[in-house]
Amino acid sequence: MKTADNVALCVRNFSKHYGEGCAYCMESDAVLDRNICPECGTIHACSDISFDLHKGEILGIVGESGSGKSTLMKMLYFDQEASSGEYHLADFLDGEADVLKLSSRQKRQIRNEILGMVYQNPVYGLKMDFSAISNIAEKLIASGSRNVGDMTATGDHFLGKVNIPLNRKFDPPVNFSGGMQQRVQIAKALSNYPPILLLDEVTTGLDLSVQADVLELIKEIQRELGISMVVVSHDLAIIRMLCDRTMVMLNGSVIEAGITDQILEDPQHAYTQQLVYSIL
Amino acid sequence: MLRVENLSKSFTIHHLGQTREAISGINLDVAKGGFLGIVGRSGSGKSTILKSIYGTYRPDTGRILYDSRDHGPIDIMEIGDHALIHLRKTEIGYVSQFLKVMPRTTSLELVTQSLLEMGVGHVEAQAQAKAALEHYDIPESLWNNYPNTFSGGEKLRLNIARATVKAPRLLLLDEPTASLDNASKVKVREAIAKLKAEGTTLVGIFHDLEFMEGLCDSVYDMTNQEMRHALA
Repeated sequence: MKTADNVALCVRNFSKHYGEGCAYCMESDAVLDRNICPECGTIHACSDISFDLHKGEILGIVGESGSGKSTLMKMLYFDQEASSGEYHLADFLDGEADVLKLSSRQKRQIRNEILGMVYQNPVYGLKMDFSAISNIAEKLIASGSRNVGDMTATGDHFLGKVNIPLNRKFDPPVNFSGGMQQRVQIAKALSNYPPILLLDEVTTGLDLSVQADVLELIKEIQRELGISMVVVSHDLAIIRMLCDRTMVMLNGSVIEAGITDQILEDPQHAYTQQLVYSIL
Repeated sequence: MLRVENLSKSFTIHHLGQTREAISGINLDVAKGGFLGIVGRSGSGKSTILKSIYGTYRPDTGRILYDSRDHGPIDIMEIGDHALIHLRKTEIGYVSQFLKVMPRTTSLELVTQSLLEMGVGHVEAQAQAKAALEHYDIPESLWNNYPNTFSGGEKLRLNIARATVKAPRLLLLDEPTASLDNASKVKVREAIAKLKAEGTTLVGIFHDLEFMEGLCDSVYDMTNQEMRHALA
Protein backbone atom coordinates (compact mmCIF):
# COMPACT_ATOMS: atom_id res chain seq x y z
CA MET A 1 0.00 0.00 0.00
CA LYS A 2 0.97 3.66 -0.27
CA THR A 3 -0.47 7.00 0.79
CA ALA A 4 -3.40 8.24 -1.30
CA ASP A 5 -3.34 11.65 -2.98
CA ASN A 6 -3.87 14.47 -0.49
CA VAL A 7 -2.77 12.27 2.38
CA ALA A 8 0.37 13.33 4.26
CA LEU A 9 0.49 10.53 6.80
CA CYS A 10 -1.26 7.21 6.92
CA VAL A 11 -1.33 4.70 9.74
CA ARG A 12 -2.91 1.24 9.72
CA ASN A 13 -3.51 -1.11 12.65
CA PHE A 14 -1.00 0.66 14.86
CA SER A 15 -0.58 -1.18 18.16
CA LYS A 16 1.70 -0.93 21.14
CA HIS A 17 1.69 -3.36 23.99
CA TYR A 18 3.89 -3.67 27.05
CA GLY A 19 4.32 -7.35 27.83
CA GLU A 20 4.44 -10.47 25.73
CA GLY A 21 0.74 -10.80 25.05
CA CYS A 22 -0.99 -14.16 25.10
CA ALA A 23 -3.30 -16.24 22.94
CA TYR A 24 -6.27 -14.52 24.60
CA CYS A 25 -5.37 -10.84 24.28
CA MET A 26 -3.83 -10.98 20.81
CA GLU A 27 -7.27 -11.84 19.40
CA SER A 28 -8.89 -8.68 18.08
CA ASP A 29 -12.15 -9.19 19.99
CA ALA A 30 -10.58 -9.95 23.38
CA VAL A 31 -12.29 -8.21 26.29
CA LEU A 32 -9.69 -6.37 28.34
CA ASP A 33 -9.85 -4.90 31.81
CA ARG A 34 -9.54 -1.29 30.61
CA ASN A 35 -6.40 -1.88 28.55
CA ILE A 36 -4.89 -4.72 30.57
CA CYS A 37 -5.19 -8.36 29.59
CA PRO A 38 -6.89 -10.30 32.44
CA GLU A 39 -4.99 -13.46 31.45
CA CYS A 40 -1.38 -12.33 31.12
CA GLY A 41 -1.32 -8.75 32.41
CA THR A 42 -0.04 -7.27 29.16
CA ILE A 43 -0.85 -3.57 28.83
CA HIS A 44 -2.29 -2.60 25.45
CA ALA A 45 -1.38 1.10 25.30
CA CYS A 46 -2.61 1.44 21.72
CA SER A 47 -4.75 -1.10 19.89
CA ASP A 48 -5.39 -1.28 16.19
CA ILE A 49 -5.34 2.43 15.36
CA SER A 50 -5.83 3.46 11.73
CA PHE A 51 -6.20 6.93 10.28
CA ASP A 52 -5.15 9.27 7.48
CA LEU A 53 -3.87 12.80 8.03
CA HIS A 54 -4.66 14.89 4.99
CA LYS A 55 -2.35 17.57 3.65
CA GLY A 56 -2.87 20.90 5.39
CA GLU A 57 -5.33 19.37 7.83
CA ILE A 58 -5.31 19.63 11.63
CA LEU A 59 -6.45 16.37 13.18
CA GLY A 60 -7.39 16.40 16.86
CA ILE A 61 -7.01 13.53 19.31
CA VAL A 62 -8.91 13.70 22.59
CA GLY A 63 -9.23 11.30 25.47
CA GLU A 64 -8.54 11.00 29.18
CA SER A 65 -5.07 10.46 30.59
CA GLY A 66 -3.96 6.92 29.97
CA SER A 67 -6.06 6.54 26.84
CA GLY A 68 -2.96 6.14 24.66
CA LYS A 69 -2.77 9.59 23.04
CA SER A 70 0.84 10.26 23.88
CA THR A 71 1.91 6.70 23.10
CA LEU A 72 0.42 7.15 19.65
CA MET A 73 2.31 10.44 19.20
CA LYS A 74 5.55 8.86 20.36
CA MET A 75 5.14 6.01 17.90
CA LEU A 76 4.53 8.51 15.11
CA TYR A 77 7.76 10.27 16.05
CA PHE A 78 9.70 7.00 16.59
CA ASP A 79 10.26 7.80 20.26
CA GLN A 80 8.67 4.44 20.84
CA GLU A 81 8.61 1.46 18.58
CA ALA A 82 5.20 0.22 17.48
CA SER A 83 4.50 -3.42 18.29
CA SER A 84 2.69 -3.86 14.99
CA GLY A 85 1.08 -1.91 12.19
CA GLU A 86 1.97 0.04 9.08
CA TYR A 87 3.03 3.66 8.75
CA HIS A 88 3.45 5.63 5.51
CA LEU A 89 4.53 9.22 4.90
CA ALA A 90 3.80 10.96 1.59
CA ASP A 91 7.11 12.83 1.76
CA PHE A 92 9.20 9.69 2.14
CA LEU A 93 9.61 7.66 -1.07
CA ASP A 94 6.21 8.88 -2.27
CA GLY A 95 4.51 7.15 0.61
CA GLU A 96 5.33 3.72 -0.69
CA ALA A 97 7.57 2.56 2.15
CA ASP A 98 6.35 1.25 5.48
CA VAL A 99 8.55 3.49 7.58
CA LEU A 100 8.29 1.20 10.62
CA LYS A 101 10.54 -1.23 8.75
CA LEU A 102 13.32 1.29 8.15
CA SER A 103 16.73 1.35 9.77
CA SER A 104 17.23 3.67 12.70
CA ARG A 105 19.37 5.91 10.50
CA GLN A 106 16.47 6.34 8.07
CA LYS A 107 14.03 6.93 10.91
CA ARG A 108 16.34 9.63 12.20
CA GLN A 109 16.35 11.18 8.76
CA ILE A 110 12.53 11.26 8.78
CA ARG A 111 12.49 12.82 12.24
CA ASN A 112 14.91 15.46 11.06
CA GLU A 113 13.37 16.26 7.73
CA ILE A 114 9.69 15.36 7.68
CA LEU A 115 8.39 15.49 11.23
CA GLY A 116 8.33 18.19 13.86
CA MET A 117 7.38 17.33 17.44
CA VAL A 118 6.32 19.58 20.28
CA TYR A 119 6.09 17.81 23.61
CA GLN A 120 3.86 18.72 26.52
CA ASN A 121 7.01 19.00 28.61
CA PRO A 122 9.64 21.24 26.96
CA VAL A 123 12.36 19.24 28.74
CA TYR A 124 11.90 16.50 26.13
CA GLY A 125 12.05 18.82 23.16
CA LEU A 126 14.82 21.22 24.17
CA LYS A 127 18.33 21.09 25.53
CA MET A 128 17.56 23.22 28.53
CA ASP A 129 21.06 24.57 29.17
CA PHE A 130 21.93 25.38 25.56
CA SER A 131 20.88 28.77 24.21
CA ALA A 132 17.54 29.11 22.43
CA ILE A 133 19.27 29.79 19.15
CA SER A 134 21.56 26.76 19.44
CA ASN A 135 18.55 24.59 20.10
CA ILE A 136 17.24 25.66 16.72
CA ALA A 137 20.67 25.29 15.13
CA GLU A 138 20.80 21.72 16.40
CA LYS A 139 17.63 20.87 14.49
CA LEU A 140 18.90 22.67 11.39
CA ILE A 141 22.25 20.89 11.46
CA ALA A 142 20.47 17.57 11.87
CA SER A 143 18.44 18.33 8.76
CA GLY A 144 21.53 19.14 6.74
CA SER A 145 22.23 22.86 7.15
CA ARG A 146 25.88 23.86 7.47
CA ASN A 147 25.94 27.62 6.81
CA VAL A 148 26.10 29.50 10.11
CA GLY A 149 24.79 32.75 8.64
CA ASP A 150 21.74 31.03 7.15
CA MET A 151 21.04 29.14 10.36
CA THR A 152 21.24 32.29 12.43
CA ALA A 153 18.86 34.04 10.06
CA THR A 154 16.39 31.12 10.20
CA GLY A 155 16.67 30.95 13.98
CA ASP A 156 16.00 34.68 14.31
CA HIS A 157 13.06 34.41 11.95
CA PHE A 158 11.32 31.65 13.89
CA LEU A 159 12.12 33.07 17.33
CA GLY A 160 10.59 36.31 16.08
CA LYS A 161 7.55 34.44 14.81
CA VAL A 162 6.93 32.95 18.25
CA ASN A 163 7.57 36.31 19.92
CA ILE A 164 10.79 35.51 21.73
CA PRO A 165 12.70 38.80 22.07
CA LEU A 166 15.91 38.41 20.07
CA ASN A 167 17.99 39.93 22.84
CA ARG A 168 17.29 36.72 24.74
CA LYS A 169 18.20 34.29 21.98
CA PHE A 170 21.51 33.46 23.65
CA ASP A 171 19.79 32.63 26.94
CA PRO A 172 19.21 28.95 27.72
CA PRO A 173 15.52 27.91 27.96
CA VAL A 174 16.09 26.90 31.58
CA ASN A 175 15.94 30.63 32.30
CA PHE A 176 12.65 31.07 30.42
CA SER A 177 9.07 30.91 31.62
CA GLY A 178 7.02 27.82 30.72
CA GLY A 179 5.20 29.67 27.95
CA MET A 180 8.45 30.91 26.44
CA GLN A 181 9.96 27.42 26.59
CA GLN A 182 6.93 26.10 24.75
CA ARG A 183 7.30 28.76 22.09
CA VAL A 184 11.01 28.01 21.64
CA GLN A 185 10.05 24.37 21.22
CA ILE A 186 7.56 25.30 18.51
CA ALA A 187 10.17 27.52 16.80
CA LYS A 188 12.62 24.63 16.86
CA ALA A 189 10.10 22.16 15.51
CA LEU A 190 9.17 24.52 12.67
CA SER A 191 12.66 25.68 11.79
CA ASN A 192 13.29 23.15 9.01
CA TYR A 193 9.76 23.53 7.59
CA PRO A 194 8.59 19.99 8.26
CA PRO A 195 5.45 19.05 6.30
CA ILE A 196 4.02 17.39 9.42
CA LEU A 197 3.90 18.74 12.94
CA LEU A 198 2.95 16.67 16.00
CA LEU A 199 1.69 18.68 18.97
CA ASP A 200 1.19 16.88 22.28
CA GLU A 201 -0.80 18.92 24.82
CA VAL A 202 1.16 22.01 23.90
CA THR A 203 -1.04 24.46 25.77
CA THR A 204 -1.57 22.43 28.93
CA GLY A 205 -0.37 24.33 31.93
CA LEU A 206 0.00 27.65 30.12
CA ASP A 207 -1.92 30.67 31.28
CA LEU A 208 -4.82 31.74 29.08
CA SER A 209 -3.06 34.62 27.45
CA VAL A 210 -0.01 32.57 26.46
CA GLN A 211 -2.37 29.79 25.41
CA ALA A 212 -4.07 32.21 23.02
CA ASP A 213 -0.64 33.18 21.64
CA VAL A 214 0.23 29.57 20.98
CA LEU A 215 -3.16 28.82 19.36
CA GLU A 216 -2.84 31.89 17.18
CA LEU A 217 0.60 30.74 16.14
CA ILE A 218 -0.60 27.24 15.28
CA LYS A 219 -3.42 28.59 13.11
CA GLU A 220 -1.06 31.00 11.43
CA ILE A 221 1.50 28.36 10.53
CA GLN A 222 -1.25 26.13 9.18
CA ARG A 223 -2.56 28.95 6.98
CA GLU A 224 0.80 30.27 5.83
CA LEU A 225 2.88 27.12 5.56
CA GLY A 226 0.14 24.57 4.87
CA ILE A 227 1.64 22.20 7.44
CA SER A 228 -0.42 19.14 8.42
CA MET A 229 -0.76 18.64 12.15
CA VAL A 230 -1.84 16.11 14.72
CA VAL A 231 -2.96 17.90 17.89
CA VAL A 232 -3.42 15.98 21.12
CA SER A 233 -5.38 17.78 23.80
CA HIS A 234 -7.83 17.00 26.53
CA ASP A 235 -9.24 20.50 26.20
CA LEU A 236 -12.26 20.31 23.90
CA ALA A 237 -12.39 24.09 23.46
CA ILE A 238 -8.94 23.96 21.90
CA ILE A 239 -9.93 21.06 19.69
CA ARG A 240 -12.98 23.04 18.56
CA MET A 241 -10.84 26.04 17.67
CA LEU A 242 -8.11 24.18 15.82
CA CYS A 243 -9.20 20.91 14.37
CA ASP A 244 -11.08 20.00 11.22
CA ARG A 245 -11.51 16.39 12.32
CA THR A 246 -11.21 14.69 15.68
CA MET A 247 -10.61 11.18 16.97
CA VAL A 248 -11.67 10.14 20.46
CA MET A 249 -9.52 7.58 22.27
CA LEU A 250 -10.36 5.40 25.23
CA ASN A 251 -8.27 2.61 26.72
CA GLY A 252 -5.92 2.56 23.76
CA SER A 253 -8.56 2.42 21.02
CA VAL A 254 -10.22 4.98 18.78
CA ILE A 255 -13.87 4.81 19.77
CA GLU A 256 -15.23 7.59 17.60
CA ALA A 257 -13.99 9.83 14.80
CA GLY A 258 -15.53 12.50 12.64
CA ILE A 259 -15.71 16.17 11.78
CA THR A 260 -15.09 18.11 14.98
CA ASP A 261 -18.57 19.62 15.27
CA GLN A 262 -20.09 16.16 14.81
CA ILE A 263 -18.08 14.85 17.72
CA LEU A 264 -18.91 17.85 19.90
CA GLU A 265 -22.57 18.29 19.02
CA ASP A 266 -23.70 14.77 18.19
CA PRO A 267 -21.44 12.44 20.18
CA GLN A 268 -22.38 8.80 19.71
CA HIS A 269 -20.26 6.81 22.14
CA ALA A 270 -21.10 6.85 25.85
CA TYR A 271 -17.59 7.99 26.75
CA THR A 272 -17.59 10.83 24.19
CA GLN A 273 -20.94 11.96 25.53
CA GLN A 274 -19.59 11.98 29.06
CA LEU A 275 -16.64 14.06 27.84
CA VAL A 276 -18.76 16.53 25.85
CA TYR A 277 -21.42 16.94 28.53
CA SER A 278 -18.66 17.78 31.00
CA ILE A 279 -17.68 20.96 29.15
CA LEU A 280 -18.20 23.88 31.47
CA MET B 1 -30.95 21.77 -5.65
CA LEU B 2 -31.64 20.25 -2.26
CA ARG B 3 -34.01 17.41 -1.49
CA VAL B 4 -34.44 15.85 1.93
CA GLU B 5 -36.10 12.45 1.95
CA ASN B 6 -37.49 10.56 4.92
CA LEU B 7 -35.09 12.19 7.37
CA SER B 8 -35.16 10.92 10.96
CA LYS B 9 -32.88 11.68 13.85
CA SER B 10 -33.02 10.63 17.47
CA PHE B 11 -30.56 11.30 20.25
CA THR B 12 -29.50 8.59 22.66
CA ILE B 13 -27.92 9.70 25.90
CA HIS B 14 -26.26 6.59 27.29
CA HIS B 15 -25.61 8.06 30.68
CA LEU B 16 -29.31 8.71 31.30
CA GLY B 17 -30.51 5.63 29.43
CA GLN B 18 -32.73 7.82 27.25
CA THR B 19 -33.50 8.06 23.57
CA ARG B 20 -35.41 11.03 22.26
CA GLU B 21 -36.73 11.36 18.76
CA ALA B 22 -36.07 14.81 17.37
CA ILE B 23 -37.46 14.47 13.87
CA SER B 24 -38.98 11.67 11.85
CA GLY B 25 -40.04 11.23 8.24
CA ILE B 26 -39.11 14.71 7.05
CA ASN B 27 -39.47 15.35 3.30
CA LEU B 28 -38.71 18.72 1.82
CA ASP B 29 -37.05 20.28 -1.17
CA VAL B 30 -35.92 23.61 -2.48
CA ALA B 31 -35.18 24.58 -6.06
CA LYS B 32 -31.99 26.30 -7.17
CA GLY B 33 -32.12 29.92 -6.10
CA GLY B 34 -35.19 29.28 -3.98
CA PHE B 35 -35.79 30.28 -0.37
CA LEU B 36 -37.45 27.79 1.94
CA GLY B 37 -38.59 28.90 5.38
CA ILE B 38 -39.04 26.36 8.18
CA VAL B 39 -41.63 27.20 10.83
CA GLY B 40 -42.79 25.44 13.95
CA ARG B 41 -42.79 25.78 17.69
CA SER B 42 -39.57 25.57 19.63
CA GLY B 43 -38.44 22.01 20.20
CA SER B 44 -40.14 20.76 17.06
CA GLY B 45 -36.84 19.89 15.38
CA LYS B 46 -36.25 22.81 13.04
CA SER B 47 -32.59 23.19 13.93
CA THR B 48 -32.14 19.42 13.79
CA ILE B 49 -33.09 19.53 10.13
CA LEU B 50 -30.65 22.34 9.42
CA LYS B 51 -27.81 20.72 11.35
CA SER B 52 -28.42 17.44 9.54
CA ILE B 53 -28.16 19.21 6.19
CA TYR B 54 -24.92 20.86 7.33
CA GLY B 55 -23.63 17.48 8.47
CA THR B 56 -23.25 18.37 12.13
CA TYR B 57 -25.83 15.78 13.09
CA ARG B 58 -25.66 12.27 11.71
CA PRO B 59 -29.27 11.28 10.95
CA ASP B 60 -30.64 7.77 11.53
CA THR B 61 -32.48 7.38 8.25
CA GLY B 62 -33.07 9.22 5.03
CA ARG B 63 -31.17 10.97 2.30
CA ILE B 64 -30.01 14.54 1.85
CA LEU B 65 -29.57 15.03 -1.86
CA TYR B 66 -27.66 18.10 -2.90
CA ASP B 67 -26.52 19.25 -6.30
CA SER B 68 -22.92 20.29 -5.64
CA ARG B 69 -20.88 22.51 -7.91
CA ASP B 70 -17.67 20.56 -7.32
CA HIS B 71 -18.98 17.08 -6.58
CA GLY B 72 -22.13 16.85 -8.74
CA PRO B 73 -25.32 15.27 -7.31
CA ILE B 74 -24.49 13.82 -3.90
CA ASP B 75 -26.06 12.55 -0.70
CA ILE B 76 -24.56 14.67 2.06
CA MET B 77 -24.92 11.77 4.49
CA GLU B 78 -22.69 9.60 2.30
CA ILE B 79 -19.94 11.84 0.99
CA GLY B 80 -17.36 11.46 3.74
CA ASP B 81 -15.61 13.86 6.06
CA HIS B 82 -13.17 15.54 3.73
CA ALA B 83 -15.66 16.18 0.95
CA LEU B 84 -18.03 17.65 3.53
CA ILE B 85 -15.31 19.88 4.98
CA HIS B 86 -14.56 21.05 1.45
CA LEU B 87 -18.25 21.74 0.78
CA ARG B 88 -18.46 23.83 3.94
CA LYS B 89 -15.46 25.88 2.94
CA THR B 90 -16.67 26.56 -0.56
CA GLU B 91 -20.40 25.95 -1.06
CA ILE B 92 -22.52 25.55 2.04
CA GLY B 93 -22.76 28.25 4.68
CA TYR B 94 -24.37 28.11 8.09
CA VAL B 95 -25.40 31.00 10.29
CA SER B 96 -26.48 30.41 13.86
CA GLN B 97 -27.28 32.74 16.70
CA PHE B 98 -23.99 31.96 18.32
CA LEU B 99 -20.51 33.08 17.49
CA LYS B 100 -17.55 30.96 18.52
CA VAL B 101 -14.22 32.32 17.36
CA MET B 102 -10.52 32.02 17.96
CA PRO B 103 -9.41 34.21 20.83
CA ARG B 104 -7.82 37.48 19.80
CA THR B 105 -9.03 37.33 16.23
CA THR B 106 -10.39 40.70 15.16
CA SER B 107 -13.67 40.98 13.30
CA LEU B 108 -11.86 42.00 10.13
CA GLU B 109 -9.51 39.02 10.38
CA LEU B 110 -12.44 36.71 11.00
CA VAL B 111 -14.32 37.72 7.87
CA THR B 112 -11.10 37.84 5.84
CA GLN B 113 -10.21 34.27 6.89
CA SER B 114 -13.54 33.07 5.61
CA LEU B 115 -12.46 34.17 2.15
CA LEU B 116 -8.86 33.03 2.50
CA GLU B 117 -9.96 29.47 3.14
CA MET B 118 -11.86 29.60 -0.16
CA GLY B 119 -8.63 30.51 -1.90
CA VAL B 120 -9.27 34.23 -2.42
CA GLY B 121 -6.05 36.29 -2.41
CA HIS B 122 -5.20 38.31 0.67
CA VAL B 123 -5.70 41.83 -0.71
CA GLU B 124 -8.96 40.94 -2.40
CA ALA B 125 -10.20 39.05 0.68
CA GLN B 126 -9.57 42.00 2.93
CA ALA B 127 -11.31 44.40 0.56
CA GLN B 128 -14.38 42.17 0.35
CA ALA B 129 -14.38 41.64 4.11
CA LYS B 130 -14.36 45.40 4.70
CA ALA B 131 -17.27 45.84 2.31
CA ALA B 132 -19.23 43.14 4.13
CA LEU B 133 -18.56 44.68 7.55
CA GLU B 134 -19.64 48.02 6.17
CA HIS B 135 -22.81 46.57 4.75
CA TYR B 136 -23.80 45.15 8.11
CA ASP B 137 -23.13 48.45 9.84
CA ILE B 138 -20.28 47.15 11.92
CA PRO B 139 -18.53 50.43 12.69
CA GLU B 140 -14.97 50.78 11.46
CA SER B 141 -13.83 51.29 15.03
CA LEU B 142 -14.75 47.64 15.69
CA TRP B 143 -12.92 46.14 12.74
CA ASN B 144 -9.72 45.79 14.67
CA ASN B 145 -11.51 44.73 17.80
CA TYR B 146 -12.27 41.29 19.24
CA PRO B 147 -15.82 40.00 18.69
CA ASN B 148 -16.22 38.79 22.26
CA THR B 149 -16.45 42.45 23.28
CA PHE B 150 -19.34 43.02 20.84
CA SER B 151 -23.01 43.33 21.67
CA GLY B 152 -25.33 40.42 20.80
CA GLY B 153 -26.60 42.19 17.69
CA GLU B 154 -23.11 43.04 16.50
CA LYS B 155 -21.96 39.45 16.96
CA LEU B 156 -24.91 38.20 14.97
CA ARG B 157 -24.32 40.66 12.16
CA LEU B 158 -20.67 39.66 12.12
CA ASN B 159 -21.72 36.01 11.91
CA ILE B 160 -23.94 36.79 8.95
CA ALA B 161 -21.21 38.85 7.30
CA ARG B 162 -18.78 35.98 7.71
CA ALA B 163 -21.12 33.47 6.05
CA THR B 164 -22.57 35.66 3.31
CA VAL B 165 -19.26 37.17 2.20
CA LYS B 166 -18.47 33.81 0.59
CA ALA B 167 -21.63 34.00 -1.52
CA PRO B 168 -22.34 30.37 -0.68
CA ARG B 169 -24.31 28.23 -3.08
CA LEU B 170 -26.51 27.00 -0.25
CA LEU B 171 -26.97 29.03 2.90
CA LEU B 172 -28.57 27.64 6.06
CA LEU B 173 -29.93 30.23 8.47
CA ASP B 174 -30.76 29.16 12.02
CA GLU B 175 -32.82 32.05 13.39
CA PRO B 176 -30.38 34.70 12.26
CA THR B 177 -32.69 37.55 13.18
CA ALA B 178 -33.72 36.27 16.60
CA SER B 179 -32.09 38.94 18.72
CA LEU B 180 -31.85 41.78 16.24
CA ASP B 181 -33.51 45.16 16.30
CA ASN B 182 -35.59 46.24 13.35
CA ALA B 183 -32.89 48.19 11.56
CA SER B 184 -30.55 45.18 11.70
CA LYS B 185 -33.29 42.87 10.52
CA VAL B 186 -33.76 45.09 7.50
CA LYS B 187 -30.04 44.72 6.81
CA VAL B 188 -30.29 40.94 7.02
CA ARG B 189 -33.28 40.98 4.71
CA GLU B 190 -31.39 43.10 2.22
CA ALA B 191 -28.43 40.74 2.29
CA ILE B 192 -30.65 37.71 1.81
CA ALA B 193 -32.44 39.41 -1.09
CA LYS B 194 -29.07 40.19 -2.66
CA LEU B 195 -27.79 36.62 -2.23
CA LYS B 196 -31.02 35.28 -3.64
CA ALA B 197 -30.76 37.57 -6.65
CA GLU B 198 -27.25 36.21 -7.19
CA GLY B 199 -28.60 32.66 -7.20
CA THR B 200 -27.91 31.43 -3.66
CA THR B 201 -30.33 28.78 -2.44
CA LEU B 202 -31.55 29.42 1.11
CA VAL B 203 -33.10 27.40 3.90
CA GLY B 204 -33.93 29.37 7.01
CA ILE B 205 -35.62 29.17 10.37
CA PHE B 206 -37.35 32.40 11.27
CA HIS B 207 -39.53 33.14 14.24
CA ASP B 208 -40.95 36.13 12.43
CA LEU B 209 -41.31 34.69 8.97
CA GLU B 210 -43.57 37.58 7.93
CA PHE B 211 -40.39 39.62 7.93
CA MET B 212 -39.20 37.55 5.00
CA GLU B 213 -42.45 38.04 3.11
CA GLY B 214 -41.92 38.40 -0.59
CA LEU B 215 -38.53 36.68 -0.35
CA CYS B 216 -39.62 33.27 0.82
CA ASP B 217 -40.81 30.95 -1.95
CA SER B 218 -42.10 28.12 0.15
CA VAL B 219 -42.62 27.13 3.75
CA TYR B 220 -42.14 23.86 5.57
CA ASP B 221 -44.44 23.62 8.56
CA MET B 222 -43.24 21.31 11.35
CA THR B 223 -46.77 21.02 12.80
CA ASN B 224 -48.17 18.93 9.97
CA GLN B 225 -44.79 18.20 8.33
CA GLU B 226 -45.89 19.66 5.03
CA MET B 227 -44.54 21.96 2.40
CA ARG B 228 -46.65 24.82 1.22
CA HIS B 229 -46.16 27.78 -1.04
CA ALA B 230 -45.09 31.02 0.49
CA LEU B 231 -47.30 33.15 2.65
CA ALA B 232 -50.27 34.40 0.76
